[in-house]
Amino acid sequence: MANALVSSSPTLPSLGNHVRPAGVRKKRSFAPVVIRCASLLACIAFWHVASTNRWNVIVNFENVPSPGAVCQAAVQLISSPKFQSHLLSSIARVFSGFGCAAVLAIAIGLGVGRSKLWSDLLMPPLELLRPIPAVAWIPLAVLMFPNPEESMVYITFVGAFYPILLNTIHGVSSVDSNLIFASLTLGANRLRVFSDVIVPAALPAIVTGLSIGMGNSWFSLVTAEMVAGQFGIGYYTWESYTLQKYPNIVLGMIAIGLLGMLSSLLIQRVAWFFMPWVKLGANR
Amino acid sequence: MKGQAHSTGSGQAGEISIRNAGIAFLASDRVVEAVRDISVEFGPGSFTTLLGPSGCGKSSLLGAIAGFVSLTQGVILVDQRPVHRPDGSRGVVFQHHNLFPWKTVRGNVEFGLKMRGIRKTERQRPVDEILDRVKLSTFQHSYPGHLSGGMQQRVNLARVLVNRPTVMMLDEPFAALDAQTRLQMQEMLLELWNGLKMTIVFVTHDVDEAVLLSDRVLVMSRRPGRIRADFEVPLARPRAADQLTSTEFNRLKKYCLELLREESLAEEGMTEGEPAAIQEPEFTNRLG
Ligand SMILES: Nc1ncnc2c1ncn2[C@@H]1O[C@H](COP(=O)(O)OP(=O)(O)OP(=O)(O)O)[C@@H](O)[C@H]1O
Ligand SMILES: [Mg+2]
Repeated sequence: MANALVSSSPTLPSLGNHVRPAGVRKKRSFAPVVIRCASLLACIAFWHVASTNRWNVIVNFENVPSPGAVCQAAVQLISSPKFQSHLLSSIARVFSGFGCAAVLAIAIGLGVGRSKLWSDLLMPPLELLRPIPAVAWIPLAVLMFPNPEESMVYITFVGAFYPILLNTIHGVSSVDSNLIFASLTLGANRLRVFSDVIVPAALPAIVTGLSIGMGNSWFSLVTAEMVAGQFGIGYYTWESYTLQKYPNIVLGMIAIGLLGMLSSLLIQRVAWFFMPWVKLGANR
Repeated sequence: MKGQAHSTGSGQAGEISIRNAGIAFLASDRVVEAVRDISVEFGPGSFTTLLGPSGCGKSSLLGAIAGFVSLTQGVILVDQRPVHRPDGSRGVVFQHHNLFPWKTVRGNVEFGLKMRGIRKTERQRPVDEILDRVKLSTFQHSYPGHLSGGMQQRVNLARVLVNRPTVMMLDEPFAALDAQTRLQMQEMLLELWNGLKMTIVFVTHDVDEAVLLSDRVLVMSRRPGRIRADFEVPLARPRAADQLTSTEFNRLKKYCLELLREESLAEEGMTEGEPAAIQEPEFTNRLG
């Protein structure tokens, strides 16, 4: 009521902003942004001071490149075709390993989550291998595949496979039975119940699995590249260390972080596109 | 009624005949008997309400008529044919909102027709028609998560009715709604029933609702559920909210409440053995 009175006053249109509670809210929402930026700047400033003064207390900053040096290296590298080809080969590996894992894990998960037979048939060996982290596969993978390229794709595959599988199984087996009953009383047969109810109901869980799997496959790949690679962003980062190009180490790290973040964001965006109801909030 | 109906068109479809039905569940280490030896008939196009204490097997009985709960004894015939599995001719509006959250209002309503293999162009008209009837045309592209409880239950009604079922079961459909919305929904249900004339079996805890809506009320005993009382509601139709205050209405209501109260007292072990006789009004319990 008061708001309406203030804003309808023709002579004092701007007063409303200061009088209204909305004005207070606006002020409040600005403060955190400033604090967050200040916090970030403080960290970078600390990095700068520590590295330029070569502090050596517990953590040794003598060989840590300064933010300025990293920026310089970045400007040079961004346009360098060599850096780009490292990036591209890592992206290609992640997407082929992750892609295979997604297709296989979703297919197996849909079957295992709905059928006792599939579960008894497939789960024992999968459960047996599950505790082995993807990076522990590196030596054996190198032996198992004719060239390192395939072994590295395999590592990313293993990294992505289990989170996708487990989330798919969970999603499929926890579908609300009332939804299934409802679809049956609306005339759906078993096949349609599966394709039109169980699969869409499990979709949010599957997407959760995909985004965890994406993070895992980057993590596994970078490790594999450092250990066994001849190119790729993980290899590049490790190579920069052996060649003593220290600013490039930090650049490699930043690139790895960005790639992981962007690919997870991509999955989320694609998921929102295909599942507009999820963003709208829960139904129950 | 339109051509693609499940009904035979004679107006005689939707007859339910339950004979010595018993339902039991295996719950971890013991058998839970939900319903025992129920025999009852529902005429085509009738509106019957089941009343009973919580856990007495009302939902189980509806599930058995629909075909997704199996009987451990007896048989249920719908139009002389035994019920084996669910199909689109016997629709259920459930206790809890269970619309498909990934489908829009229109997608939900269309579902039954799609399952029956009716082509998209031919689905359009019946869907438009039923959306109009439940006054949801303007919300057809919304997702259920965006709708109020009352609107969600209207979608639920439309989703079942678009199949033109011969039998419609409703399991406490309006229990979660506020009083005003519930009254509107009850009115809408009676209107729809009047137009489509399917057999309705309605479950509720609300005695007012039972008496106001139905032709006939069945009161069930505590678990294992049996039929404790079975009587007609002699109020004139069309029913309106002002009948809620008539003396006839109040007499029926009092009778139901007493039966229910006794069942719930017995459940808590406050009375023993056979329930004391409750004085029946002169419209008489059909069980005698
Ligand atoms: N699938 C099941 N497995 C085991 N027990 C069940 C199952 N479904 C129902 N029951 C049991 O059967 C009994 C009857 O349940 P039902 O849901 O039919 O009762 P109700 O009359 O609908 O109760 P309410 O009024 O609370 O909805 C309850 O004791 C319940 O615990
Ligand atoms: Mg129930």
